[in-house]
Amino acid sequence: MLSQGMKQAGGVSLQHLQGVILALRNPWVAGGIILLLAFFASYTNALSWADLTYVLPATSLGYVLLALVARFALHEQVSPLRWMGIALISGGVSFVAGGPALTSDHRAQCPGLANNASRDSSQAHALSGGAKR
Amino acid sequence: MKHLYTWSGILVVVIFSVVGDVLIARAMKEVGDVHELWERSGLWTVVGRVLSNLTFFLGVMAMAVAFFSLLFSLSWGDVSLVAPAAASLTFIGNAFAAKIFLHEKVDRRRWIAALLVAAGVALLAG
Repeated sequence: MLSQGMKQAGGVSLQHLQGVILALRNPWVAGGIILLLAFFASYTNALSWADLTYVLPATSLGYVLLALVARFALHEQVSPLRWMGIALISGGVSFVAGGPALTSDHRAQCPGLANNASRDSSQAHALSGGAKR
Repeated sequence: MKHLYTWSGILVVVIFSVVGDVLIARAMKEVGDVHELWERSGLWTVVGRVLSNLTFFLGVMAMAVAFFSLLFSLSWGDVSLVAPAAASLTFIGNAFAAKIFLHEKVDRRRWIAALLVAAGVALLAG
């Protein structure tokens, strides 16, 4: 699901850029909006079972995908500085990918329940300690 | 003076997108695992529950404000400064906000990831 979201994120940025450049060419703009909605749906879905600090770096793979598409499909020049940026993002994502997806939520066992306003932080800590191998 | 405008614009963008992300993340935790809920009670229940969530609505509002303040900032400063600065500072701001408001356990691994991604985004978009 996450990787699907990433693919859509890449698509979104691509469509979006072209939409801006070819301002108001309707099929592109419409396609961009639909993909943007799809991205948002995947993003919220991912947030329903994973941490924000886990999902957010992962969505940044969209930037990497965008640069790769620009290089290989649109034959744009990608400068060494940008390749370095790609390397940094990929490195960062692999850092979080190696860890647990969810560390925060002690309500994980009972999803969908109403929000109990006071979070028991000690319990959350114990749980996250357990989740971390 | 123009610098001040540009950087305060960037700051506003970062604050509102962080607020938006945090609110939406919290809303989705309130809703619960979407996949599970979908299997149990169907897509429309999921959609209804997400859209009727006040926190989610506020989060989307904050995102909209962030988007429009980005447009404003772009009229004050260069794209090559505003876009990467706003994007990469949002990653770092989100790491702080997730730790404080969502009680996520932001360990060293995640700090490094946030910093690497922020630097990478700045390089890519710059």
